[in-house]
Amino acid sequence: MLELTGLTAGYPGARGIVVEAVTLSLLSGSFVCVIGRNGAGKSTLMRTICGLQAALSGAAILADRPVAEMSAQDRARAISVVTTDRVSSPGLLARDVVELGRQPYTGWRGGLSAQDRAMVVDAMRQAGAEQFAPKAFDSLSDGERQRVMIARALAQSSTIMVLDEITAFLDLPGRIEIMALLRRYAESSGKIVLLSSHDLELSLELARDLWIIDDGVLISGAPDQLIADGSIAKAFDSADVVFDGEKRRFLLRESEPRQASSHIQPSSAPRVIPNL
Amino acid sequence: MTVEAAPVAPQTNVTKYAVLGFLLALLGVMGFTLSYGQVALSFEQLMAALFSPESDPVAAQIVRGMRLPRVVTGLLAGAALGVSGVLMQALFRNPMADAWSLGLLAGGQLGVALIVTAAAFAGPAAIAFLTAFQGIGLTTGALVGVAVFAVAIASLSRRVGNITLLVVGLMLGFTMKGLVSIIIHFANRVGGRVYSGWNDGTFASTTFADLGFMIVPIGLGVIVAIASAKGLSALLLGETYARSLGTDVRRLRWLTLGAVVLLVAPVTAYCGPVTFIGLIVPHFARAIARTSQILPLIPLAALSGALLAISADAVVHLPWEQHFLHLNAILALVGAPVVIALLLFSPSLRGSA
Repeated sequence: MLELTGLTAGYPGARGIVVEAVTLSLLSGSFVCVIGRNGAGKSTLMRTICGLQAALSGAAILADRPVAEMSAQDRARAISVVTTDRVSSPGLLARDVVELGRQPYTGWRGGLSAQDRAMVVDAMRQAGAEQFAPKAFDSLSDGERQRVMIARALAQSSTIMVLDEITAFLDLPGRIEIMALLRRYAESSGKIVLLSSHDLELSLELARDLWIIDDGVLISGAPDQLIADGSIAKAFDSADVVFDGEKRRFLLRESEPRQASSHIQPSSAPRVIPNL
Repeated sequence: MTVEAAPVAPQTNVTKYAVLGFLLALLGVMGFTLSYGQVALSFEQLMAALFSPESDPVAAQIVRGMRLPRVVTGLLAGAALGVSGVLMQALFRNPMADAWSLGLLAGGQLGVALIVTAAAFAGPAAIAFLTAFQGIGLTTGALVGVAVFAVAIASLSRRVGNITLLVVGLMLGFTMKGLVSIIIHFANRVGGRVYSGWNDGTFASTTFADLGFMIVPIGLGVIVAIASAKGLSALLLGETYARSLGTDVRRLRWLTLGAVVLLVAPVTAYCGPVTFIGLIVPHFARAIARTSQILPLIPLAALSGALLAISADAVVHLPWEQHFLHLNAILALVGAPVVIALLLFSPSLRGSA
């Protein structure tokens, strides 16, 4: 179980507080989508939960132990991370990448036991990446690399898996597959999966829990509840775009041609944005 | 489970065969270069010179006094440069990084040059000082120089791209070459003699007495390298991933830089700037091991570095008319085309440029 107790994420300097005083708890097997506008602080919050940056105040507590106080190895066993950082290294095979996921469990030489190898193979199978194993990681497409990185996180078999914007490079079927895979993994293994995404409509569809980050505040709840109480609309509506709770998608506000008048008049009949 | 382990096993065998092949090749090249040169010796003469020197004092002097120190120096320097190349390419996440290309050798040269200059201008005391020099002084000068430049390059690497860093490193090399040549011009004869043949790479200026000053730091460097191998493998995925896999990246950086300094400084002190070995050898090792995880690369890089070094040295010391060839000329003939091929055909390098 993951608990956040008054966790405030941000930076000591001028940027200051990004997300303030988050208090909540997540049960094992949760699949949470973290959504918010660009720059809302999704990555900062997630890095703070992972212990990759220090919290300004409060703590993330995993199974009664504050993440910040864990040793590097214990933290690696507790939390796995997938980011959009582009990894590139000559000679690095996809299998190497996934094997590195076992590092928190190996000895000083990093040698793999038969069990470690079996877990690597299993992780690649789960992530649909087994056919890439003998290939150079550099030669894979963005989507293929993302699958390999997810396989690496699966091989790490940590209590929480944190994935930051990982679906950004994928096409729509790819995104749905990956998100469905992660949800299945959370539910079947009892691990907690925390996924930040730009893809609001997909997140509403697939997540059991949503965290919305808006204006330094985190609001959590089930998708239906957040739609009903207007939290989604408040966080995402803009001058041009409006969220339609019935259709669960964004609509474009019809507006007068800009050169015709100096102010924008919202029309009464929003037009549906064509699907991607 | 046996089925799943199967695809890994043959690769381990390939590495074992490669190690065996390297050892045989090393023995072959060593035998060749010990027996052949301006004076050619038969196998019997070579064995006699090695194991019963009193029977043929002239051959014994040639083999034990001149050729053997040179070959051992080449083995040590090649292995040290190969391993340091693996470390630096992983640490800087730059497949073109090595002690020469990032200017660490230049730092070592500067360190030694400053000590020689100080000695040369110290007047009559210089001769006494320079005698002491051959050991500790020279190595210390190189250690300090390499360490300062290593830290400077490491902090610079956080601000500039891979290619900029390479150009800076190579320019540092040219600067030092110019500086050393000027120092030789102005320093008195004693100071200049320490440098004779040293502004260019060579394995031929060491004696048995010097070898201890190479073996100890290089041995320590290899131990530190092996200790940092696991963390460096994780660092191949970048700093964030390495940290999330439980690596203390800060500590790893210092450890790796320490290993590089220990490996590279004695080479600079006794062999001068030996180019290309550290740059290309890690690529051979990765190709043989079919992985870029660090630990299996260390023995392969050490062996192939040693082989490249003594093979190039064997060509240098063939009985050419006039004089010997330059070691760096031979290394450039092998190394530069490899680098060009890497730049043109390696996807990760094209990406970083």
